[in-house]
Parts: sequence; C-alpha cells; structure tokens
Amino acid sequence: MPEPRVKAITLRINGRAFTVPAGTSVAAALALAGDFISRSDLAGRPRGPSCGMGVCFECRATVDGVPEVLTCLTPCREDLEVVTDA
Amino acid sequence: MREACDLVVIGAGPGGLAAACRAAEAGLDVLVLDAQPEPGGQVWRGEARKGTNRLARRWLSRFAASGARFRPGARVVAAPEPGLLLVEEGASSLAVRYDRLVLATGARERFLPFPGWTLPGVLGVSGLQVLVKDGLPIRDRRVVLAGTGPLLLAAAATIHAHGGEVLLIAEQAPAARHWGFALQLWRYPDKLLQGAVLSAGLAGVRTATESWVLEARGERRLESVRMSVGGREEELACDYLGAAWGLVPNLELARLLGCEVSRGAVVVDDRMETRVPRVHAVGEVLGIGGVDQALVTGEMAGLAASEQPVPDALVSAWRRVRVFAEALARHDAPRPELSRLATPQTLLCRCEDVPLSALEGCQNLREARLYARLGMGACQGRTCGAAAEALFGWSAEDVRPPCLPARIGSLRLPPEPPPTPKRAS
Ligand SMILES: Cc1cc2nc3c(=O)[nH]c(=O)nc-3n(C[C@H](O)[C@H](O)[C@H](O)COP(=O)(O)OP(=O)(O)OC[C@H]3O[C@@H](n4cnc5c(N)ncnc54)[C@H](O)[C@@H]3O)c2cc1C
Ligand code: FES
Repeated sequence: MPEPRVKAITLRINGRAFTVPAGTSVAAALALAGDFISRSDLAGRPRGPSCGMGVCFECRATVDGVPEVLTCLTPCREDLEVVTDA
Repeated sequence: MREACDLVVIGAGPGGLAAACRAAEAGLDVLVLDAQPEPGGQVWRGEARKGTNRLARRWLSRFAASGARFRPGARVVAAPEPGLLLVEEGASSLAVRYDRLVLATGARERFLPFPGWTLPGVLGVSGLQVLVKDGLPIRDRRVVLAGTGPLLLAAAATIHAHGGEVLLIAEQAPAARHWGFALQLWRYPDKLLQGAVLSAGLAGVRTATESWVLEARGERRLESVRMSVGGREEELACDYLGAAWGLVPNLELARLLGCEVSRGAVVVDDRMETRVPRVHAVGEVLGIGGVDQALVTGEMAGLAASEQPVPDALVSAWRRVRVFAEALARHDAPRPELSRLATPQTLLCRCEDVPLSALEGCQNLREARLYARLGMGACQGRTCGAAAEALFGWSAEDVRPPCLPARIGSLRLPPEPPPTPKRAS
C-alpha cells in the first residue's frame, strides 16, 4: 500500500508550479512562492497568514477562481490554481 | 441542502469528539460539523492522517467506529431560531435541524498589537505551530517565540522537531509566577509528563522569563525583532516570529444561541448544559483548560445528552482540571506592559486598517465600531476584539447574526427538500 505521507502534489501559485507533500495547506505553501504573502491591505502593504486556524482572515487568496478563500483551511490539491493579491 | 439529527456537535476537537462518541454509542443520531478539513481540532491537527499521538489515535478511531456522522469544511454561520443552524460548506449552504446541541468551538490565540505585527512572517505562537504542522517549510529557519504558558513550549517543540532553529523563547510571566506554575504541575502527573517530554526536546534552547517583543521589523516581510529580555533590549535577525499571549474562548456562537456568558466563559451546570435548555457546552469555551478538560467535559455532555448517568469519577476529574485551568489563567494573564506596545500608528484592526490613533475619544467597542470601523471587516472583530479588551477594558457587545462572515446566500434557508427518512431504523 502506498504510504500517504510521501505522496506529492503539484499546484500553481501565481502561475508558477510548486510540489508539496500531501497534507500541506495552501497557506503553508505560500511560503514557497516568495515572501509568504497572501494579500495586500488597504494601503497596499503585504500581509500573510497569522492565526493558521480560520480566525484572522489574513490568509485569503483566490483559489481556482474563487476569491477570498481562507488558504489556511484549504489543503493543497493536484493542479490547484492559487493567485495572491500582492 | 438540509440535514436533521438528534444531536449536532459544533467542533471536532477533543471536546466535540468525546461528546459525539458517548452520544452516538448510546444510539443517538449524531452529526458533527467542523470548519477544518479533518477531525481533531487544534491540538490533534493532522493526526487523522499521521496517527503519531496515542491519545488522538484512540479517540479518532473510537469516533470513526461510533456511528456519528462527520461533515468537514462545514462552518456554522448563524442560528436563526432554536433547533436550526445555517452552515456554509465551500460555495454551498446547509440547514441543520437538531434536537440537542453540543457547542465545542474551542479557543483562539490572544493577539496584542505591537509595531510591525502585520508583517508577513509574524504569526501567533500556536498559529506558527499550526502552519508548521500543515507543511510550512521551517528547516534551518530562525524563529523567535514570544508568549506565555505551556503552548509556548508546545510550539517550540514542534518547530524544533521540524528542524527550525528556535533562537529565543520569551515568556512574559515573571520568574516567580512561572516557577510557581511549574510547581503546580506536580499535582497533575499527565501534564508534568508532557512538560518533561517537551523540555527534553528543547534542552539548549534559550528561554527567558519577563520577556516580550517590542517591535517586528522588515520591508516586505519580517527581517528582525526587537525584544525586551529580562529588562534589557536586544535585536535578533530572524525569519519567523510567533507572538500571542495565551488563548481566549470562541464565544460568538454561544452568544448567538443565547447562552449565558460570565467572565469570558460559557456558564454550565454539572451536566454541561448551558442556561439554554438542550444546549450543552464543552472544552475551551468553558474557560481555557486544555485537552484533559475538553475530554472530560465532552464525555459528560455526551452522556447527559443521551440521558445516561454521569459517573462520579468524571465529575471529580472535572473539578481537578478546573483547578489547573484557574492556575493557567493566573499564569497567562498578560502583564500591563503588553498593552502598551502599540504606537499611535500601529494598526489595531487588521481588516479595516484602523490605527490606534483613530480610536481617540471612543469610550467603548460600540463607538469604536461606529466611528472608526474597528472590527467591521472580514474577521468581524475576532482578532481586535480581544486586543481592545486587553488595551482598554472594552468587552464584546452581543454579537448579531451572522456571527461569522458568511456569503449572503447561506443566510437564506435552502428550499424545502423532498421528504427523506431521518434515519434508517
Ligand atoms: C492554534 C492552537 C494550537 C494549539 N496547540 C496545542 C498543543 O499543541 N497542545 C495542547 O495541549 N493544546 C494545544 N492547544 C490548546 C487547545 O485549545 C486544547 O488543547 C484543545 O484542543 C481544546 O479542545 P476543544 O475541543 O475545546 O477545542 P478545539 O480543539 O479548539 O476544537 C474546536 C473546533 O471547533 C471548530 N469550530 C469553531 N467554530 C466553528 C464554527 N463556527 N463552525 C464550525 N466549526 C467550528 C474549529 O475548527 C475546531 O476544530 C492549541 C490551541 C490553539 C488555538
Ligand atoms: S491564517 Fe488566519 S484565517 Fe487563515
């Protein structure tokens, strides 16, 4: 039986492909794509995940075309398309 | 879509799981809802996949065998009338009819604002731990942790185990209080053991009491932190800062359901029933008490909800964990200096970008909302609310529905379904 932990998943963040172990959240994967930025605030300053558990809403990004998705509650899936705001 | 059940449990952490097991094993039709993709709550995050923690494994397999149904990714956003919940599941909504309810919504971290706390790379203490458990690459990254109590050590242990370099663990409590707390642990062997295991993994990591963060610095993301370490200032270059001070219960749903809340916790009787009949509450919403409290109160609520007697052993176990919880609350209470870290330019509300200076002249949370838009953004005040309480002593007013940010569609009842049998029997 294949060991689920070693399964790798490829997703795209801002058009670039990244490979992560299965079970990685999209928020965690954002750290691979640069400065761990998910969105920008009203003044255009960068923001990144903060609470990791769906409370702060700082980690929101566009996932498969759906805007404002909480990436910390979203597991990476094959071919997922993530677009950050900054 | 619509669902009906005898008992709905909100939250699949240890509290909710224990309640669901006891009630489902007694034959009730139990439905468990959780916003997370897997059961386990905060402390057993990822255990459904990894199975490394014995206690978690035991409860998660008991849950799987109990007959209780589980809906992951299900966020309860409103409670329009007794016996009815509105739930968001991704882009669709669900109405749940229930006879009894167990509230097991757990806790979140207490964030306090300081200059630079909105920089990417600055997270909560447990927030950083959660992201590491969820796959954040931390190997050889430099980490500073600033907070209080056992969660600080738990986070350090996780980061350390994943190859992160913990430069400093800054505990806000004074040494006397800290060691007083450590001595208390002697009376609670389980916790002592946990503590010993934790500190064994952390030997060699620098730990300081009476220490906290003053400022986070960086351009696009965190580059360094300025710390107050035992009265002396110090600057440390680092990649991540975890900064938050203890936990606060998630009370939005409790308030929405009309449960009595006193001193920041839901009021329950010996059967874990709130002042609203047929609504029980368990775990961290009763006041921060950790896994043991969540399991004990969860079992009690599950037994009570299925009309079974609650054994004396559970009642006395509950009394014991309350003593621990009270010691924890004394230890973790943020020191006054922590309420004075923010400057006038520091943002208090991260969603609406409200700086501290915008609150000048406001007397309470209501005015701050009205005049400065504090807490009116995406998170509905769930981060700045606890901060405003620590900074100004303002307490949360009654929460109006939706208690959580919801899509407008999910606040309407889904259309009547074709009649389906509630449960095959
Ligand atoms: C981020 C974090 C990390 C922690 N790490 C540790 C640790 O390593 N070790 C330790 O001993 N303790 C840890 N704790 C302490 C923890 O609170 C307790 O140990 C224990 O998890 C409490 O159990 P519980 O069942 O009361 O709540 P929780 O385990 O917090 O479970 C509550 C559940 O309710 C769900 N929920 C909340 N609101 C809704 C809603 N509206 N709709 C749907 N679902 C909802 C949440 O998604 C969550 O899964 C941590 C706490 C936090 C906040
Ligand atoms: S990091 Fe806070 S909601 Fe996702």
